[in-house]
Amino acid sequence: MALRKLPLGRRLLTVDLPMALILVFTLGPYLWMFITSVTDESKLFTEGPSIIGATIDNYTRLFRTVGFGDNLLDSLIVSCGTVIVGLSLSITAAYSFSRFSFRGKKILMLQFLLINMFPLVLLILPLFVLMRVLGLLDTHLALIIANSTVAIPFSIWMMVSYMNGIPKSLDEAAMTDGCTRLGALRRVVLPLCGPGIVATGIYIFITSWNEYLYALTLGGRNVRTITVAVQTLIGEYEVQWGLMTAGGIVGAMPATVLFLLVQKRLISGLTQGAVKG
Amino acid sequence: MPAQDRNPTNRPGPKEGLTGTRLGRSVLPYAMLSPAVIVTLAIVFLPMLQTAWMSLHDYVLFRPNDFTFVGLDNFIAALQDEVFWISLKHTVIWIGVTIPAQLLLGLVTALLLNQNFPWRPVARALIIIPWALPSVVIALMWVWIYDSNYGVMNDFMLRLGLIEQAMPWLANPKTALGAIILTLTWQGFPFFAVMILAGLQSIPRSYYEAASIDGASTWRQFWHITLPGISGVLVTSVLLRTIWVANSFDVIFVMTGGGPGYSTYTLPLYAFVKARTNLDFGYGSALAVLFTILLMGVVMVYLRRTGKAVQ
Repeated sequence: MALRKLPLGRRLLTVDLPMALILVFTLGPYLWMFITSVTDESKLFTEGPSIIGATIDNYTRLFRTVGFGDNLLDSLIVSCGTVIVGLSLSITAAYSFSRFSFRGKKILMLQFLLINMFPLVLLILPLFVLMRVLGLLDTHLALIIANSTVAIPFSIWMMVSYMNGIPKSLDEAAMTDGCTRLGALRRVVLPLCGPGIVATGIYIFITSWNEYLYALTLGGRNVRTITVAVQTLIGEYEVQWGLMTAGGIVGAMPATVLFLLVQKRLISGLTQGAVKG
Repeated sequence: MPAQDRNPTNRPGPKEGLTGTRLGRSVLPYAMLSPAVIVTLAIVFLPMLQTAWMSLHDYVLFRPNDFTFVGLDNFIAALQDEVFWISLKHTVIWIGVTIPAQLLLGLVTALLLNQNFPWRPVARALIIIPWALPSVVIALMWVWIYDSNYGVMNDFMLRLGLIEQAMPWLANPKTALGAIILTLTWQGFPFFAVMILAGLQSIPRSYYEAASIDGASTWRQFWHITLPGISGVLVTSVLLRTIWVANSFDVIFVMTGGGPGYSTYTLPLYAFVKARTNLDFGYGSALAVLFTILLMGVVMVYLRRTGKAVQ
């Protein structure tokens, strides 16, 4: 049944049409939000959202009056910070898992897998208490730490699968030529899994950018990320759907664009473990 | 599981340079691991233990000096709490409907994406968009869709003649949970589609060729080749997705906050709301611990069952 040639008419009916319907379901809500966001506020409730007479009025209002610029900056700082923490801690760990055998390796690997299985609600309460004690509430650092709880295990998982794809003989060749272990990691392995590192980094960026519950609980006043800002819009501007949907589009934009850029590599990395493991 | 033990034994390379001493060789793996391990211990495992510890105490945040040990009182209180049972019931419905719905839609999508049609790459790229969107934005746009006065959902259903008059989907206790499940299905099915597609592409095409020479119908091919071929992927992705959905109470939190009444309360949401609005961290922690134990129990049973089925 896979990749078989069907007659055109039948293919249109059994493949193209259902696929198109599923895509309408998938993209419809997003497009609807976009169309709403470019509709003039006064026309929205009389004529309904429409693409005719599109205006960017909602977007300019969003940045002028609501101060969305600051929220974008907060999100950017938190996300970049998480990427740096996540990647820098996971690269050496992943190399160790991928290249050495040592006592306790299985348990340590399992530990990093298990972390992802615990519900977030189990962590959010003690992290709040911890940040309160440390006086870190409402700082970027608190959010970076909270996001790292997810980012570190995830990127170790991804990096191990990328590094396993690089032949060990390359490290050995480098060491024959006089490199140390760390030298081999830096000069041979890292450049080769560069694309994998970029994909992992972008994935961490996206999840941190999209994160909401930590941002709400541990931040919210001084440090207000874009997701919290969007949610606040729902409360404050109850009826201004034009403004709110514009906020949604802006909030979703960076993640969507980045995701479409790296999706191929990312998905191959994600699915590899599941298909083969 | 990631492909962990593809290279089970590691003979040291020809020359280990400065770290080439015996001691260096045995310490190096741990040295390279230690930053990640120490940090995760500090920010994940200790806090989790602290949750367990808090759950045994009477701990309300605005009375910081009052931290009395109460044993299992919080847990006993939970079992006698009506809202706990309501939340548990919703949690079962929420996960029990969302996951199969996502799986089914994902399977259909993956089977379609595995066919030959000209715009396949475009469809494949676009299908994943919901997965990349922030859950807050997802919640926002579905609240707008479900809006009782101007929402497109009412418009759509009225035109098709499925309903008689506009419905307040999220404000009606009867429809609120269903509306949220539809949103979560929309959010999560692309994940299944992508995972299953990867599984489908790993099935050798010669199997299908052999089967069709032997005269097997499309349905029999699906049942005897496709399904066994993707069973491993199905098992893994159902597991991952269950854990994710169990985590994703943020969509519910933004869309309804649990309301109207308790009609969209789920266990993680209840724990979060208890701690956030009532500042009752002791009871909130107990609920979180209970939910974790229940989830782990389900995961264990699931792994045991499917482990046998797959083999």
